Amino acid sequence: MKRAVWVLAVLLSHWRRHPMQLATLLVGLIAATALWSGVQALNQQARVSYDRAAALFGGARTAMLIDPAHATFSQAAFVALRRAGWPVSPVLEDRVQVNGRSVRLLGIEPVTMPAETASSSAIDRNDLHAFVAPPGRTLVAPEALRDLGLVAGATPRINDSAELPPLQSQPQLAPGVLIVDIGVAQRVLGKPEQISRLLVGKTAHGAGDLPDKVAGATLQWVAPDSETDLARLTDSFHLNLTAFGLLSFLVGLFIVNSAIGLAFEQRLPTLRTLRACGVSARLLNVVVVVELVSLALLGGLIGLIGGYVIAAALLPDVAASLRGLYGAQLPGTLSLQPQWWLAGIAMSVLGALAAAAASLVRLARLPLLAAAQPYAWQQAQRRWLLRQGVLAAAMLIAAVGILIFGDSLLAGFAVLAALLLSAALALPVLLDGVLRLGGKGARGALPAWFWADSRQQLPGLSLALMALLLALAVNVGVGTMVQSFSATFVRWLDGRLAADIYVSAANETQAAEIRRWLATRTDISAVLPGARTEVQIDGAPVEIMGVADHATYRENWPLLRSAADGWDRVHRGAAAFISEQLSRRLHLDVGSRLRIDAPGGDWSLDVVGVYADYGNPKGQLAVNIDALLRHFPDTPQTRFGMRVAPEHIANVIAAMRAAFHLDARQLADQATVKAESKRIFNRTFAVTAALNTFTLGVAGIALLTSLLTLSGSRLPQLAPLWAIGITRERLAVIELLKTMAVALVTALLALPLGLLVAWCLIAVVNVKAFGWRLPFQVFPMQLLELLGVAMVAALLATLLPILKLARMQPTTLIKIFADER
Amino acid sequence: MLKVVSLSKSYRSAQETVDVLRGVSLAVARGESVALTGESGSGKSTLLHLIAGLDEADDGEVWLEDVRVTGLPDAGRAALRRARLGLIFQQFNLVPSLSVADNLAFQARLAGRHDAAWLRELIARLGLDGLTKRYPEQLSGGQQQRVAIGRALAVKPALLLADEPTGNLDEATADEVVRLIRDLVARSGCGLLMVTHSARLAAMLDRRLHLSGGLLA
Ligand SMILES: Nc1ncnc2c1ncn2[C@@H]1O[C@H](COP(=O)(O)OP(=O)(O)O)[C@@H](O)[C@H]1O
Ligand SMILES: [Mg+2]
Repeated sequence: MKRAVWVLAVLLSHWRRHPMQLATLLVGLIAATALWSGVQALNQQARVSYDRAAALFGGARTAMLIDPAHATFSQAAFVALRRAGWPVSPVLEDRVQVNGRSVRLLGIEPVTMPAETASSSAIDRNDLHAFVAPPGRTLVAPEALRDLGLVAGATPRINDSAELPPLQSQPQLAPGVLIVDIGVAQRVLGKPEQISRLLVGKTAHGAGDLPDKVAGATLQWVAPDSETDLARLTDSFHLNLTAFGLLSFLVGLFIVNSAIGLAFEQRLPTLRTLRACGVSARLLNVVVVVELVSLALLGGLIGLIGGYVIAAALLPDVAASLRGLYGAQLPGTLSLQPQWWLAGIAMSVLGALAAAAASLVRLARLPLLAAAQPYAWQQAQRRWLLRQGVLAAAMLIAAVGILIFGDSLLAGFAVLAALLLSAALALPVLLDGVLRLGGKGARGALPAWFWADSRQQLPGLSLALMALLLALAVNVGVGTMVQSFSATFVRWLDGRLAADIYVSAANETQAAEIRRWLATRTDISAVLPGARTEVQIDGAPVEIMGVADHATYRENWPLLRSAADGWDRVHRGAAAFISEQLSRRLHLDVGSRLRIDAPGGDWSLDVVGVYADYGNPKGQLAVNIDALLRHFPDTPQTRFGMRVAPEHIANVIAAMRAAFHLDARQLADQATVKAESKRIFNRTFAVTAALNTFTLGVAGIALLTSLLTLSGSRLPQLAPLWAIGITRERLAVIELLKTMAVALVTALLALPLGLLVAWCLIAVVNVKAFGWRLPFQVFPMQLLELLGVAMVAALLATLLPILKLARMQPTTLIKIFADER
Repeated sequence: MLKVVSLSKSYRSAQETVDVLRGVSLAVARGESVALTGESGSGKSTLLHLIAGLDEADDGEVWLEDVRVTGLPDAGRAALRRARLGLIFQQFNLVPSLSVADNLAFQARLAGRHDAAWLRELIARLGLDGLTKRYPEQLSGGQQQRVAIGRALAVKPALLLADEPTGNLDEATADEVVRLIRDLVARSGCGLLMVTHSARLAAMLDRRLHLSGGLLA
């Protein structure tokens, strides 16, 4: 043990003499862990929230009973089942308006609530009395309280009528939900004796034991779901995040790998001396691993703190995009679980071990005596390049194979990963080829040396250059995708938001009043009624949109393809346009036929067109509004659009606000809605952009640190040139040119690779993740800009080592020649 | 104390087989200093490496006191090197990241045989006073080699093996270093087997062996 400590002390003394190398290693570990765990923290935060929400709604963690034919059923079923020994608990749920915001009101029965649901623990035994006894309590998450602009103890009205019990803040609740006693819910919702569903606690009973009729209702057993709807919907988003986290992790590991490789190389004589002085091979191996793991623990811990900071900084954006895209509510503050810390540390340690694997294997096989160099560097390099080339080719074949045969989101990401890896592996081969070509054309001693020396430098620089290549390619790829999306999205918004003013009335009565009022106005050119309902097709929710027959729609609807007489057939009522997502999911296209379960009987629809519906996780159908109301008579008709001449818009809005007390959410002009949509869109990609910037930064650091570590070992190569009369300044300029040249070649290679990545994202990953495909566009200005950024990053990274060289003391250079070294 | 019995070693590569040692036998007694000479490539280093257990012989035996070095597993050979052998090489083999003081004490500490008084004496005799806080790269070649000698002797080994310890030094320094080694060996009572190709240096030791054609003469 004591011996091990001595050996460890000797190994650690290396870092004291090479602090820059230690810094590089730690930067790599910290960057890798921070980016990875930051993303994981965001994912975890989101998952926890979904689970909380799901457990609360009683949908996911417990089985439940519903009446498939009706929204609610009599609570007599509850009494009957309880008597028969079923551990059921009633829930009544509805969406309500509170202070102009739509929230979920949940009525529960705390005594019978199954223990598995989160809300049972939300109600403390002590609070039970206050919760059930008049006036009762309304439990609400602190975030929701803030959102609603209310304080604890307030008694807001729902839908501007019934008053809720006093609000009480309850931290572990999901945001966007109000919880009251079921009796209160029945009263304020005006649904006496009614319940939406029965939660089933842990029981030996199964679906088969259920009587055909329970208190007159035909109940259906819904099995518990391990995954929540919300989780499924947002999976793609999180997968995207995870992919970026993983990529950043890999870039960080590149740094770790190069730092460890270099340290190993430099410590080789020391390791041999240790062996000669009587340290056994086993002890040395163990101590080296212990050293590595200790450094990984240190780097991992700092990295975790960095990850926490990153996650906390990005959380508002992530929360906003999840809310915007999927309506998922995330609390605004980060709360992490112990697993996150453990997983982060484990990733750091495993990553460090993986990055050091080659060095560790070499150490284990280290011959005690330094053998004569079996190959000249050129031969060794040729073998290395050959191996890289073969691996690159294998990865490329794998990428193409997965592209052809794979058919899932995971396969999409696998294609991306294989493609990037293949390109990274091929990079040194390509660079070597370019440098060899340059060497062939070189005239004179110095240029010839320049090219040959650049080639010799490749192995030391290649990892950093690979990191640069990957970071740039991903930047180009994601940038191109976002820009393509942006361009398409704006055009699409123009098509979808064709009306000038949008109204959403609080209820049918108000909607009717507004319509009567609108009919009296002369400054309104058209009123376009709209209606929406939701059905299940193949087990997934699908929106049906009713659209009026009006030129506004005919001219602007973002159709991707359609039958010639599409609009006419839609308005005759037996045909529909479907969204791209639905078309892909159900394998429907123009000419297909679709059947919908409607209360007014089956509704058969011909598909006569497919339209773009970006960002909507649900499938959608557009049908004639009159046909929709015929088949779904209960559809609320509270929404409509208006065509108004631009000069009258402000007037109309002001008049409507005054007449009907409509707030900004209920009454909006097109420009505002568009701006809001673009804002949501931008925030969605802000996270990606931030991670992108981090990755590029890490690649820059990788370049800097490899150049710094390389600059020390470069002296023996440079000293002879200095000795034959080339000034240090001139040498520095040559070094600068050389590094910039290889960085430029790398960046130029990154551009086509990035476009390939973009294509993969748009044509493979996006289609699998979101169900729609963007038109692929190239943005030359963006490419140029990124090229510039890369060159500036390379320049900055090169500058420090170059300055060191230019200022080097002649004695340092002389030392290279001294025998006594 | 050191006994080598018909030791042989050959290096095989795809192209050829080089028989470096073909049955070498020798003995070094306690307190005896022996010079090993021979042409470059005659196998002197190979012989030393085999004795130190740094490499494995094809045939024959090496005995150090009561221990048979040949046939010991790696851990056993490491323990033997640690506690009973001192090694000095042509290239000084110091740990660049450790100070002179740490380099000197290092092997003795590993072996658990750190003796402060003995180390102080060594430092004084090697003329390293005032240099102990420096790092190897801040020393001249002669000084570095003296540190290596100090490290090897600090454990009070039974046998000191030196492979051309003066190969990198000028003549005057070489004489001085060999004289130091000889005196310190006498002072500590260990045996010495030193490779050199200088007849002048070989003459400073008790006995001389010549390696040629894989055999001792
Ligand atoms: N690891 C090795 N592989 C192959 N041949 C070796 C190896 N080490 C030494 N040799 C060969 O063995 C012979 C003896 O080497 P060495 O013991 O170093 O000679 P000396 O120290 O007497 O100059 C030389 O011909 C050398 O080329
Ligand atoms: Mg030799």
